[in-house]
Amino acid sequence: MAEKVVLLDFWASMFGMRVRVALAEKGIKYEYREEDLKNKSDLLLQMNPIHKKIPVLIHNGKPICESLIIVQYIDEVWNDKSPLLPSDPYKRAQARFWADFVDKKVVDAWIKLRSTKGEEHEAAKKQFLEILKTLEEELGEKPYFGGETFGFVDVAFVTFYSWFYTFETFGEFSTEAEHPKIIAWAKRCMQKESVAKTLPDQQKVYEYVLGVTKRSLGE
Amino acid sequence: MASQEVKLLGFWVSPFSIRVEWALKLKGVDYEYIEEDIFNKSSRLLELNPVHKKVPVLVHDGKVMAESFILLEYIDETWKQDPLLLPQDPYERSKARFWARVAEEKLLEYSFTAMCTHGEKKEQALKSAVEAAEKIEEEMKRNNKKFLGGESIGYLDLAMGWIAYWLPVWEEVGSMQIVDPSQFPATTAWSKRFLDHPVIKQNLPPRDKMLVYFHERRKILGGLV
Repeated sequence: MAEKVVLLDFWASMFGMRVRVALAEKGIKYEYREEDLKNKSDLLLQMNPIHKKIPVLIHNGKPICESLIIVQYIDEVWNDKSPLLPSDPYKRAQARFWADFVDKKVVDAWIKLRSTKGEEHEAAKKQFLEILKTLEEELGEKPYFGGETFGFVDVAFVTFYSWFYTFETFGEFSTEAEHPKIIAWAKRCMQKESVAKTLPDQQKVYEYVLGVTKRSLGE
Repeated sequence: MASQEVKLLGFWVSPFSIRVEWALKLKGVDYEYIEEDIFNKSSRLLELNPVHKKVPVLVHDGKVMAESFILLEYIDETWKQDPLLLPQDPYERSKARFWARVAEEKLLEYSFTAMCTHGEKKEQALKSAVEAAEKIEEEMKRNNKKFLGGESIGYLDLAMGWIAYWLPVWEEVGSMQIVDPSQFPATTAWSKRFLDHPVIKQNLPPRDKMLVYFHERRKILGGLV
């Protein structure tokens, strides 16, 4: 049976990128549809009526929403190659925990970073660096968060690498200086075709965010 | 299998730790329950969950894990006896995970906020809570089985179980109504069946104590939220 896989996405979304990386890891052919977030398609609204957000994976007509849920789905359905989650239940729990950590902490910290000034901004910067520190400690000496091989947590976090220049410019810090292991890990991931071909250029992302920020400030 | 040591750190009124207890009890897994005072956290809790410093924490043969939804999946994958908590089909599994998050991130968040606030903040939270409840009601209607997990209680029932018991308490404490039985017949019927299950019925915190507790929380948080 021919598999029909469609991805509704937005080029700069680190969440959408997770799905693209997973699909590439598994060698899955799919149709990519770029969404205009200011003018969402009928298909998106129909497939994700609850949140009206990308990414949405449509597999043989059935929608799956929420990036980490989609990545797990992909891993479970296309289980013949490149497993993203480990098979041991404890290791799976750990992988899910850290992916969840990225979800809960990083975006929140970024929002604080970009929307605050003065003392609040300093606190936001401190918080962001704390999060990177925690992740760096979890990585330890392993080549990937998943251990010897690229896995679920790597997929969950590496897409944020395309936003690092943005985070660093708004936050006025250097990840390389503060947490070099994170940069080393990101560059290692970028050696993988699935990651390199998916992540957009950091400068491009920055220009996009700058544009959005200017518009929201009414400039 | 060699003797399995299972410990669960929880808090008596936390829907998050209780849903893990439900899972262990449904599967017939023996465990040691350790009550944590979340307002005066023990060094043990801080050591076992340094990242979030929260309950529940599950320790199985020395392996430490946290986050209740993750623990439900671990329990299901480790103790493979009935009831099977997660659906077998990957698509159905993705839907269960999706709706668990909707209930947690929308209905629970907004309901709790509505309980603790007043004025416009409360009205806004209440409106959002009702919207979330309506979406969940549609899902409940679509499911024509005894539970969301089918004939037996499953992951999604456990994830949403707080709706059957905590939400009515929050409604009372917050002098509000979110799940009006006449407007939410499917959710109401499911709630009754869920609470009627012997394992669930025997593992609920006392309602009178919950009312006292949440009235106190409302007072304290009402100033901050």
